Amino acid sequence: MKNLLKKDGVQSLIASLICILLGLLIGYIVLLFINPTGAGEAILEVVKNFFHYSKPSLQLKNFGNTLVKTAPLLMCALSVLFCYKVGLFNIGAAGQYVAGSCAAIYCALKLGWGWLPCLLAAVVAGAVFGVAVGLLKAWRNVNEVISGIMLNWIGLYLANMLLSNVKEVASPYTLHIKTEATGALLPSLGLEKLFNGNQYITLAIPLSVLAAIAISVVLDRTKFGYELKATGLNRNAARYCGMAEKRNIIVSLAIGGALAGLGGALLYLTDYEQWLCTGSSVPGMGFNGIAAAFLGGLNPIGTVFSSYFIQHITSGGAFVDKTMYCSQISDLISSIIIYLCGFVLFIKYAMNNMIAKRENRAAQAVSAGTEDAEKKGGEA
Amino acid sequence: MLLLLQYTLIFASVLILVALGGCVSEHSGVINLGLEGIMVMGAMGGALTLRALSSGTSPLLTVLLTLCAAVLVGVVYSLLLAVACVSFKADQTIVGTAVNMLGVAAATVIVKALNTAANPDDVSSAVQYAATKKAFLKNIGGFEFNWFMVIALLALAAVFVLLYKTKFGLRLMACGEHPQAAASVGVNVYKMRYAGVLLSGALGGLGGICYILAGTSEWRFENGVAGFGFLALAVMIFGQWKPQRIALVALLFGFFRALSNVYFGFDWLVKANIPGAVYNMMPYVISLLVLAFTSKRSRAPKAEGIPYDKGMR
Repeated sequence: MKNLLKKDGVQSLIASLICILLGLLIGYIVLLFINPTGAGEAILEVVKNFFHYSKPSLQLKNFGNTLVKTAPLLMCALSVLFCYKVGLFNIGAAGQYVAGSCAAIYCALKLGWGWLPCLLAAVVAGAVFGVAVGLLKAWRNVNEVISGIMLNWIGLYLANMLLSNVKEVASPYTLHIKTEATGALLPSLGLEKLFNGNQYITLAIPLSVLAAIAISVVLDRTKFGYELKATGLNRNAARYCGMAEKRNIIVSLAIGGALAGLGGALLYLTDYEQWLCTGSSVPGMGFNGIAAAFLGGLNPIGTVFSSYFIQHITSGGAFVDKTMYCSQISDLISSIIIYLCGFVLFIKYAMNNMIAKRENRAAQAVSAGTEDAEKKGGEA
Repeated sequence: MLLLLQYTLIFASVLILVALGGCVSEHSGVINLGLEGIMVMGAMGGALTLRALSSGTSPLLTVLLTLCAAVLVGVVYSLLLAVACVSFKADQTIVGTAVNMLGVAAATVIVKALNTAANPDDVSSAVQYAATKKAFLKNIGGFEFNWFMVIALLALAAVFVLLYKTKFGLRLMACGEHPQAAASVGVNVYKMRYAGVLLSGALGGLGGICYILAGTSEWRFENGVAGFGFLALAVMIFGQWKPQRIALVALLFGFFRALSNVYFGFDWLVKANIPGAVYNMMPYVISLLVLAFTSKRSRAPKAEGIPYDKGMR
């Protein structure tokens, strides 16, 4: 039992669970302040999400909808995670996600490409945004957080400008890919039958999980991944060992950008949502990816589950009683969770301290016991 | 032309206030990436005060109360960052990002809750303050003078004196350069860093209310402040962490931001037929370029971003 607690993975899991519970608790307290009568019910709705419906068929369909949005979130989370392993905080994932979405939608609607070239275009667009941050960081020593944020806004306005060419006449949204560019719709692989015919279920979901596994393998099982992690731990040491630390920074941001860009395509090529060409804020997907990456203990497989959780409560926000609260309370809860993730190191430190103290006490008890025994032996 | 000057000055005021906040915090050794969130919260405090006051209140009182509310909310909110980063040695980047997201989410939730409580049909996150906003403005021959321009100047002078001419400021900067050395001569590094972050909270809050009062007579809080907190950080880096340089850079950035508000007032710019999005993008593109050319030889405080550990020497 004690050995289990000492394991880093177990500690991360416990720390994440503590963050989730505290996040929900603080969210509940905030709701109590806003309107005490419905607080308990509202927080339950957020946690229940699709269990809001009593019919299993509807539950299944809405579970599918949550999964559709989990896939891009997972890609963004992987992007943040991958760069963080190299010591870079990829807040630009949001912009890379926008670039990928824009490329995919544009290629589908304007150029009439098929889904595979559209996916590749998204990957390239995301990677270009990532490389821009990487070049600035490696060669010009620009803080990646600030350049990332700047590129987020540049990406947003670029996307709005480009996608205005393919928008509906009467609305600020882009055209439906389902009706205008059927070839660009992601293939469903027959998966929709598992979710009561939910038409938005596509290969996006298995693909994103595969990506998580691939990232896990690259980071833990390859020389390339080892070099990247070494660069993250100590840039100078890595250079001293003959690793091309500048190249590693650029490559890791290129991969991070590609992941986030692909994420954008995985959402918009299902036609689950259309792009809003007059949007004045960067989509939250990339920022939620930060939450998911840290909540998943910066482990690719853990991130699969944490991404689902974050999307679960985000979707759950839609079921809250609108006469009392707004759906943003789930944003509030997930941002509280990220804030708490900043304390993970402290939580682990406290846990280790506790274990060490207990072991000390046990050791003292044992040694005291043997001393007693020795004394008795001496008397006899 | 007058309009361009007016908007340049007002946006420069925002950037000066917020960049000075970032500057004080970084000199104490804490990177304040949460300025964006602090701006939103400060703006909320100020805007709600403006809405609560009636237009009959004397202008001076209105201005003072609004400023106090923005500063107070900014300081209290920046405590979140201070506690995590100074006392608990948390990762300043993660916490800063969380503070940003939390700021927008919390402000939206609070304003929506207040709106819905006042009128069950109102589910928007907008706060109107058209009537009381006038207390901040003075029309001088077509030029709309805004008291924030003076406030930014005062803040600039105050921060300059504070950092370079007082014992407190010099100690504060020592904590950002080499905290262990500062501690060895009896400076309480934790207290200094708290002071740095809370001061940046006050300035960030002021910047926030200044930003939302700049153009419109109502504000929707779910939009946040459009990356202005980060633009301010870019201004600070370009200004090499020096108040007087920060002010000059802020004017430059303010000019490009103002262009997107008033470009349709210039015939030759309208004839050029550049999409509005390009003007919107401009401040961010410029700041990227500027950063690319100035970050290489940056004179950042040496110990910024590193949690203070007494045991390290």
